[in-house]
Amino acid sequence: MTIHNEQELAAARQAAAEELAAYDCRILVCAGTGCIATGSQKIYEKFLELTRDAPGVTVTFAPHEQEEEKRYIGVKKTGCQGICELGPLVRIQKGDSAVQYVKVPLNRCEEIFNRTVLGDEVIESLLYRQKTQTFVQPEKIPFIAKQTRVVLENCGKYDAESFEEYLAAGGFRAFRKALLEMTPEAVIETVDESGLRGRGGGGFPAGRKWKQVAAQSEKTRYVVCNGDEGDPGAFMDGSVMEGDPYKLIEGMLIAAYAVGAAEGYIYVRAEYPMSVARLRHAIGQLEARGLLGENILGSAFSFRLHINRGAGAFVCGEGSALTASIEGNRGMPRVKPPRTVEKGLWEKPTVLNNVETFANVPNIVLRRAKWYRSMGTVGSPGTKTFSLTGSIENTGLIEVPMGTTLRKIIFDIGGGMKNGADFKAVQIGGPSGGCLTEAHLDVPLDFDSVKKFGAIVGSGGLVVMDGGTCMVEVARFFMSFTQRESCGKCVPCREGTKRMLEILERIVRGEGVLEDLDTLQEIGEMVKSMALCGLGKSAPLPVLSTLKTFQEEYVEHIVDKRCRAKVCQAMRSFVINPTFCKGCGMCAKNCPVGAITGVRKQSYHIDPTLCIRCGACKENCAFNAIYIEA
Amino acid sequence: MLEPAYYEKADEIIEQCGRTPSALISIMQGIQEEYRYLPGELLTYIASQIGVTDAKAFSVATFYENFSFEAKGRYIVKVCDGTACRVRKSAPVLDALYKELGLGRKKHTTDDMLFTVETVSCLGACGLAPTMMVNEEVHPAMTPEKAVALIRELKGDGV
Amino acid sequence: MGTMTIDGRRVSFTDEKNVLSVIRSAGIDIPTLCYHSEVSTFGACRLCTVEDDKGHTFASCSEEPRDGMVIYTNTGRIRKYHKMIVELLLAAHHRDCTTCVKSGLCTLQELAHRLGVRNVRFQNTRELRPIDDSSPSIVRDPNKCILCGDCIRACTELQGIGVLGFAYRGTDAMVMPAFDRPIGETHCVNCGQCRVYCPTGAISVHSNVDEVWDALSEPNTRVVAQIAPAVRIAVGDYLGLPKGTNAMGYIVSAMHQMGFDEVYDTSFSADLTVMEESAEFLNRVESGLRLPLMTSCCPAWVKYVTDQYPELVPNLSTCRSPQGMMSAIVKEYYRDPQKAAGRRTVMVSVMPCTAKKMEARRPNSYTKGERDTDIVITTTELIRMVKLVGLDFANLVPEASDIPFGLGSGGGTIFGVTGGVTEAVLRRLMPEHDKVALDNIATSGVRGNKGIKELTVRHKGQNINICVVNGLAQARAVMEQVKAGQSPYHMIEVMACRRGCIMGGGQPPIDHSRVRDERMINLYNIDNVSIIKKPDDNPLMYSLYGGLLKGKAHELLHNTGY
Repeated sequence: MTIHNEQELAAARQAAAEELAAYDCRILVCAGTGCIATGSQKIYEKFLELTRDAPGVTVTFAPHEQEEEKRYIGVKKTGCQGICELGPLVRIQKGDSAVQYVKVPLNRCEEIFNRTVLGDEVIESLLYRQKTQTFVQPEKIPFIAKQTRVVLENCGKYDAESFEEYLAAGGFRAFRKALLEMTPEAVIETVDESGLRGRGGGGFPAGRKWKQVAAQSEKTRYVVCNGDEGDPGAFMDGSVMEGDPYKLIEGMLIAAYAVGAAEGYIYVRAEYPMSVARLRHAIGQLEARGLLGENILGSAFSFRLHINRGAGAFVCGEGSALTASIEGNRGMPRVKPPRTVEKGLWEKPTVLNNVETFANVPNIVLRRAKWYRSMGTVGSPGTKTFSLTGSIENTGLIEVPMGTTLRKIIFDIGGGMKNGADFKAVQIGGPSGGCLTEAHLDVPLDFDSVKKFGAIVGSGGLVVMDGGTCMVEVARFFMSFTQRESCGKCVPCREGTKRMLEILERIVRGEGVLEDLDTLQEIGEMVKSMALCGLGKSAPLPVLSTLKTFQEEYVEHIVDKRCRAKVCQAMRSFVINPTFCKGCGMCAKNCPVGAITGVRKQSYHIDPTLCIRCGACKENCAFNAIYIEA
Repeated sequence: MLEPAYYEKADEIIEQCGRTPSALISIMQGIQEEYRYLPGELLTYIASQIGVTDAKAFSVATFYENFSFEAKGRYIVKVCDGTACRVRKSAPVLDALYKELGLGRKKHTTDDMLFTVETVSCLGACGLAPTMMVNEEVHPAMTPEKAVALIRELKGDGV
Repeated sequence: MGTMTIDGRRVSFTDEKNVLSVIRSAGIDIPTLCYHSEVSTFGACRLCTVEDDKGHTFASCSEEPRDGMVIYTNTGRIRKYHKMIVELLLAAHHRDCTTCVKSGLCTLQELAHRLGVRNVRFQNTRELRPIDDSSPSIVRDPNKCILCGDCIRACTELQGIGVLGFAYRGTDAMVMPAFDRPIGETHCVNCGQCRVYCPTGAISVHSNVDEVWDALSEPNTRVVAQIAPAVRIAVGDYLGLPKGTNAMGYIVSAMHQMGFDEVYDTSFSADLTVMEESAEFLNRVESGLRLPLMTSCCPAWVKYVTDQYPELVPNLSTCRSPQGMMSAIVKEYYRDPQKAAGRRTVMVSVMPCTAKKMEARRPNSYTKGERDTDIVITTTELIRMVKLVGLDFANLVPEASDIPFGLGSGGGTIFGVTGGVTEAVLRRLMPEHDKVALDNIATSGVRGNKGIKELTVRHKGQNINICVVNGLAQARAVMEQVKAGQSPYHMIEVMACRRGCIMGGGQPPIDHSRVRDERMINLYNIDNVSIIKKPDDNPLMYSLYGGLLKGKAHELLHNTGY
């Protein structure tokens, strides 16, 4: 099974492409974490069963022996197809054309099989729908049509576990080119020229990092992939790891060849069991074919790849904490210098990039720097994946050129605000980022522009918020996250975030005083300047950024004891509207403190002095007669 | 002292992960997965086996959230407390679970060792918020009612 | 090599390993809570943060000096941030400063004062935790811990023990032994280096001062003291004498004033140790049994062996430590009812060492069922006693130690420094008495601050290989060799504390390696001016062996087991 050289690789590719072309139909079931959660595994099994039982049909994973008058149907699990909210997603692929079904219920698989797979009908009711219009082909769906998919190009189209399909899709052409046609220097030069910047948050130029590692006098080097995607609201890297694991590994192989590393590690977040499983499977496949191991493709280049699972510490997304964790230590960031490129893993020069960065590499090597630079902005070339969540119509995984405006992302791709609500802000860059508002909707998003507004692109989480979101509460939430995840090493982060959180908790409880805002600002700036690691330094950003943009909300909470979004429990009061109240008494029955009184069939009343603002009454009112007064 | 079987299992896991200090976390993960907790005696044992002090092993074990010195339930329910889930009301789901199982912020595991309820910062399925995970299975678009129904279903199946 | 500009002043640097050292050598005392030149850089307190000419802030402890750097240590921003950091630390600190054992010597307290923190705006919300006084040597008060990790690095990097570690994380982080076990139940060797490194009152010496006062005020009691060599050069700084003065005469005088009946010099019993240990060594070399011989005067080291290398216990010398020998002979001396004159004898030893408190309680520190050393106090506790009485220490009339156990040779004195035991044994083994012979020994490689010192001497036509282990962290490799039966040595001296007892856990802490080296020089200076350099030249030795020790040498001077 080993692929010994270039010729055997070409032959394997040829065979894989032929196999792929031989399918009459492929049923592509999305097996991203999102779709698995909505039951796509059962759908996959159902299709397997259907194909098995159908007369005149051969189910196959690879149609080896063609027999006449039989149709070859493959049932495949793919990586994330993107529209997570509409899962389970199923794509019926015949040749170049595909039909995309959304929210596929188990009980309609048979219908799909009979009408679309065996027949050529399209089932209208399972199509993606935007207002009155339906879309048959996935690439026509505005959510997908308006994206530029480079990193995610294979996600949804190919079997994420199959090495052959990856090969057929053009996989390992870049690695072959780098290994057999380019010197390591030329590879680094290409990556450097492409202007690829680290997608993990900092935006440090990848080519420069590789150059620095290659220039070290120490010859034992490591390539490490940061797959510890911990930002709440971010799942891009997870989608790549589970959706196109081979591409990530190919990127790492190229990096290892370029910097002369013989060993690599992928550090995957503990909460991503599927990423771990797919990567392990992929590594096994590549080892079996000799594409990982000694003397790859008959060259002098050898590379071994290991997987380390995180154990539940957000801070391990920080480079030096991550390497400490691989070494079996507490994931506490260390002081720099020496930097990771000089003394990283086991004190050896280390290339540490995140998943998306490595996944960009194969295309850059194959299609050259100029092609890459044709996308994105001058300072930040290429594309960026974002996970789009929150109060928006289409949540999911997207990829757009750097420099795309928020307006395009939210209103074109994202389909606008959920239920037509008003746009208020978008939290970018996770807990280390900041909030962008209406004023920033038309700013081209790239590493440098976002920084100017006190936020960071970060790994690419975009959480869209509407008028029902309280910015003070959002700040408190992020602070509680960073505070809980602080490693506790340096004083500014450990003690500073604790005190900031205390103050924010006080404000949302309605116990804040105006001086608190100065103290918040003061501690925030100190932590930003004085903390040891990047995560600590950015921990106060959500607070500093909302303090600046939404100062009046803070003041309202403190002075008027009012939360305009009606979110902060201490500041809302529940009132029964007598015109809607039918006097059924459900509210009084559900009130845990007996604050509601009334006579049956007449309007009930809530005593604000007894009410604990839990909202149980409102949830249980069948007539929507209870509303919140801010 | 634990029963000898525990130490045999530990030896097996150590052999798989490597008898080196850098394998500490992987070994602890192996033990945690096997027993759903990290028995203190085993931690001391593996520390001595791979050549680290027990203070170091304890220090690493307490740093990471995934390790627990207390035995966890057969079903570990993790309610996502990420931004997206929060925006889409994950807190009532957690409260409902606490209420159903008689648990709370201080007590995470039911006395019958069937359920452990925890929060998790993000499960990476934000499009389906609010989500929760039971052992390794993610459940989407939770409501307090759905959560409670799921628990009751699991209880039936656990008997 | 290069020049940088610090606060507008040009400062040149050579091989300083970080910007902080350059700043300090330029005469600017930047405060730090987690930086110690002898252990790894941690970078957690952030108090050494400075600003560069572009307005970037960085921690100077972890930045390499570069030519042309322009930095500012005292800008409005930096001052404000430093003050805030100290305020935040104080907010999470159990601030009972007036009654704290560390008051007046606490770095946190000093910083608060220096930076002018007059108000702490935040409540201490940390749950009060119990104090751990399970160890005879040190007391841990977690409520005063500021999580700088100095103790952990001292325990792990300097001593190679690692019983302390960080546990949990974030604001829940704490320093503790594994499973929060009482430290007295761990492999802690009681060396007290954690306490030396601790900037606050979170780790302090387990004090036995009250017992001493009780003994002194008890009627019909004879309170006898012994003073270890390293004590005399470490008290001057704190009691008004010039740094490094040999204060033995002042100590004797002060202790007599405080009511001690007799004050002896542990250098004397160190001489006894040399006599016994060299005899034991020659025996073992001749018989070839249980080699290498490992010294037994450092109790932290002995505990290390009994805890971690029990199979090598037979290699330890059976000699009691100088503390043990002195107490045993004093107690034996007064076992004679005529000499005792109806008074009970209480033996107090004043040591630079916290582990001696543990040694005195070991089952083998008893003779005829009676404990040899009743109370052990450290140098710092002695200083406290002198201060309590209010003695004008520097103006006391120095006195000689008492007879018959008050005279020690120079060789006995240098027991307080790494290599000292070996050097004294070598002096004993060499027949010559002249200066050249002594110089040859001194320059054989036995002195200095290297972690492992190896030397080979000729004795009776045989090469004798000796290893001097300076600092317990270095011991592991040497022990593994012995365990594997591959040790090339005949004798191994181990001092748990780097540089020896002069840097013991009971000494007043200091933090500059220059000063540390001075303590070594000071002790050698005492040897330089002693007339009697070799234990076997000490006239009291002969009267002792001919008298009190006759037929009892083994019982009084050797351990029956560990």
